[in-house]
Amino acid sequence: MLSSEYRVVVGPEGYLAPAAASMGIVLPEPGEGLIEGVIVPEREAMHKIAEKLLTAKNPTFFPGPLVLWAWNDKAIAKAQAVKALAEAVGAHIIPMPDYRPKYPMINPQIEINPNHPNLTIWHNDIDVCVFVGVHCHYANLALKIIRGGTDCYTIALCGEFGHEDAMITLRDVNTAKLCTLLEVIEEAKIEVGVR
Amino acid sequence: MKKGITTISPAFEDIMPEEYRQLVAEGPFGKDLGLGDLGTFKELIEEHPLCAGCGLALGIRLIIASLPAPENTIVVGTTGCSAILFPQLAMHNIHSLFGNQSAIATGLSRALRLRYPDQPKDVVVIAGDGGIGDIGFSFTMQAWFRNEKFTTIMLDNEGYSNTGGQESGMTRQGIALNMAPTGKKYPKLPMVELAKTAGCAYVAAVNPSLARRLGKMVRRAVLVAREIGSTYIQVMVPCPTNYKFSPSETLKQAKALNPQPIEYISAEAEQLLKEAEK
Ligand SMILES: Cc1ncc(C[n+]2csc(CCOP(=O)(O)OP(=O)(O)O)c2C)c(N)n1
Ligand code: SF4
Repeated sequence: MLSSEYRVVVGPEGYLAPAAASMGIVLPEPGEGLIEGVIVPEREAMHKIAEKLLTAKNPTFFPGPLVLWAWNDKAIAKAQAVKALAEAVGAHIIPMPDYRPKYPMINPQIEINPNHPNLTIWHNDIDVCVFVGVHCHYANLALKIIRGGTDCYTIALCGEFGHEDAMITLRDVNTAKLCTLLEVIEEAKIEVGVR
Repeated sequence: MKKGITTISPAFEDIMPEEYRQLVAEGPFGKDLGLGDLGTFKELIEEHPLCAGCGLALGIRLIIASLPAPENTIVVGTTGCSAILFPQLAMHNIHSLFGNQSAIATGLSRALRLRYPDQPKDVVVIAGDGGIGDIGFSFTMQAWFRNEKFTTIMLDNEGYSNTGGQESGMTRQGIALNMAPTGKKYPKLPMVELAKTAGCAYVAAVNPSLARRLGKMVRRAVLVAREIGSTYIQVMVPCPTNYKFSPSETLKQAKALNPQPIEYISAEAEQLLKEAEK
């Protein structure tokens, strides 16, 4: 496949899914997002996130260390916003408190780690997941493993430049942006009469 | 509201796995605990995949429980048997390409000093004798010559255990191992003497049967590295699997191989420790 035609879509894509960047997918600029590798206005990506989460069978949030631990006031506020978002779409929350492989002792029912994220996804039959507060390099690793070995749809709410290895990504996600996403979700709920 | 790297965000207290809640409530973070407190707190390493009776496992357990500030410590490991334990360790740890540990620790300790000028961050290399004395020897020595401010702890099992028993520089003369059947032709490396000559401010060697002594040494080495410069500890941690003795005899072997602890403290370090241990 030509790299310009590559799309970041649900797997399983194969044991070693390529890094989307190596297939020609580029990161969004401020105010933009990515849907399946295509750059779109941020608002459009938010609508797609709402649609995916509201129509999922078992949506699950995977908050990482940057929001799970109370580093500072910003982290504490962001954690609250993430929780509100998960509650709004009726999602489960399974934490990634650190990046230890802990193999083979991971308890996939209650935790996820970036080295074997597929174990948690398979065990809980998760069809749509949201990464938030996970350091970039570990998010990229986990997102590729998920694309390679599962049929889970991945969404990354990234505090930095976005994640081209997720199926949908927003960039520069702070508490205010999470609140905007919550509004988009609440509107979508009314529109489609979900939950 | 309480904040910090070992405080759970209030929004997620209910979904944090029990292990983490216990680490926060009953772990050693910020409590200045030591070996004497073992049994009263949740340890940072509890389960591991090393062989039964492995000297490394005991050595690492004692070393980790002796760190003066585990919440502000980064362990740098490298390839070898210890590397299959470290992924379970509930504190910051970095795996380096075999032998690179002192180079990684150098960059890390320098960067942390710039990034956190008001918060001491301790960098502690913990690696096998092959990693420190052979393959990473050049990096080890160069870091000591530069007087880099981190501690190096050698887990000395006198051979390459993880790859099935080849001789290392630390294997004693005459010893034959699975994959070195003709026996070692030259003596054990004098790493303690080399560390002193290279300028380490604190150098020690001990076996883990002297647990309290080992605990004190780890604490001293970390404090001296924090303020003055390179420090080195050599811990005798025999390997029952490759040296073919019963796993119940590990401590007996360790005592026999290194009965007398060694401790060298530079005048400057002596002064510092006198203040710290008042
Ligand atoms: C650069 C490199 N060379 C060689 C190896 C193979 N290797 C893996 S572990 C090991 C020996 C480790 O010995 P030591 O450092 O003494 O640790 P131990 O396993 O005895 O605890 C070797 C040679 C490797 N992984 N990487
Ligand atoms: S081979 Fe030896 S050093 Fe390695 S885990 Fe087993 S007992 Fe420990």
